[in-house]
Amino acid sequence: MFQNIGELVVLFWLTLQAFPATWRQRRKIFDQLFDIGNASLLMACILSLFIGGVLALQTGPVLAQRGLSNSIGGIVGLSMCKELGPVMMAVLIAGRIGSAIAAEIGSMRVYQEVDALQTMNINPIQYLVLPRVLAISVALPTLVVFAIMVGWFGGAIVCTYNRDIGISLEGYFNNLRQVVGFKDVLNGLIKSFVFAVSIGVVSCHQGLKTIGGPRGIGRSVTKAVVNSIVFILILDYFLTRILLHFD
Amino acid sequence: MNLAPRNSNGVSVDVRGLWKHFNGQPVLHGIDLHVNPGEIFVIMGPSGSGKTVLLKHVIGLEKPDEGEVLIESEPVSPETAGKHRLAMVFQTGGLLNSLTVGENVGLYMSEHRLKPANEISRIVAEKLELVGLKGIEARFPSELSGGMKKRVAIARALVIEPQLLLYDEPTSELDPLMAVTIAEEILNLNRRIGATSIVVTHDRDLAFAVADRIAIIDEGQIVAVGTPEEVRANPHAVVRRFLSADLKQERKIE
Repeated sequence: MFQNIGELVVLFWLTLQAFPATWRQRRKIFDQLFDIGNASLLMACILSLFIGGVLALQTGPVLAQRGLSNSIGGIVGLSMCKELGPVMMAVLIAGRIGSAIAAEIGSMRVYQEVDALQTMNINPIQYLVLPRVLAISVALPTLVVFAIMVGWFGGAIVCTYNRDIGISLEGYFNNLRQVVGFKDVLNGLIKSFVFAVSIGVVSCHQGLKTIGGPRGIGRSVTKAVVNSIVFILILDYFLTRILLHFD
Repeated sequence: MNLAPRNSNGVSVDVRGLWKHFNGQPVLHGIDLHVNPGEIFVIMGPSGSGKTVLLKHVIGLEKPDEGEVLIESEPVSPETAGKHRLAMVFQTGGLLNSLTVGENVGLYMSEHRLKPANEISRIVAEKLELVGLKGIEARFPSELSGGMKKRVAIARALVIEPQLLLYDEPTSELDPLMAVTIAEEILNLNRRIGATSIVVTHDRDLAFAVADRIAIIDEGQIVAVGTPEEVRANPHAVVRRFLSADLKQERKIE
């Protein structure tokens, strides 16, 4: 495990060192961005619509019984911004994009494509890792912005049409506006950026260390997703602790 | 990137006391070899004898546990990478499946920004024509046969204008006709560009057809080195067994 963490830190450092090559790799970055957006946007919207809805459904009736139904907008708004939006989108991207990255780089490793790059003096970090890590680091925060807004909307639908909650659309959004500030959205974006970097680095690392044939690729994909999710949840705790200081 | 002058020919290769272990098991046992500039040197041996691992050490894809590999008397290391122009034709071709044939062949030039795009296209077409694959630039590797993939891989290696060209099992998975074409290609290229060629194979026909010298490797050790005639006459038991192995059973025809 410690060897893995050490390798991850080294890969992260090498990716940072490759950063000046960003402009040269812009075409690959845009291709990756397009792939990630194309593969995840619809799923992210559906997922967050229902997350927002469930959140309102769980908290709404309890708050309404205590005469606090006016604060549902703020609860759904804050939860989506600070926690559920970034974490759920990061888990989704780890499963959807992290697995694809590990599978693609893993098969390139197994079928000697990475070796071929090295024999041509093409740095695999610049050519393979940098574009993916950068693309995912831009794509995930962008998806989180969508997820937050769609989640708010999901909560609003449930609050409006559920008789046990009984709060108007206007009341819901008024409360949301009072409670949620730009700082809260920024909080979620910072978290999602850190999650994105960790998903990118973990998935590329698993891809690059793939050995064996198709079974090895399958193993790398599983490890990439599981390790990414573990990292997301551990990082989430520490990031929350750090960001609370700035509240 | 430090690129060597384009007009120089082959380079010498020296392997000295090379040891390599995988999971505690020795794969190479103190290999010593010398390859002369411009010659075709064939490393032959049964599967699993350490041929490919040896080749990967020569091009710097593996680090030795002990010993060293020298190219023109300079050790192969990340610091000396790019000092000499080396290219390798992989057993599977090693073509990038997400790129077209044209992009694959021109990858070295485009990534290192050595030429403008139209010049790269011209060179790619020229190298593909050289290996008999004119006009397939727009195809993807998945649309090619095994033999075509290997020839595209050779074209990609030629773009580097190599001083040392390494072939890993160039005729494996090929039909006899295509194997002959590849063997002719290896000979022609060696004559045309004058690069040192190291060919790893277990194909005896290929080895004796193209080699200036042959080394026989078995269980990570070199058991014989010499010209094809010298190797044929070598009395070592492993050499005799490897060279005389033949399918003796005949099917009874009723």
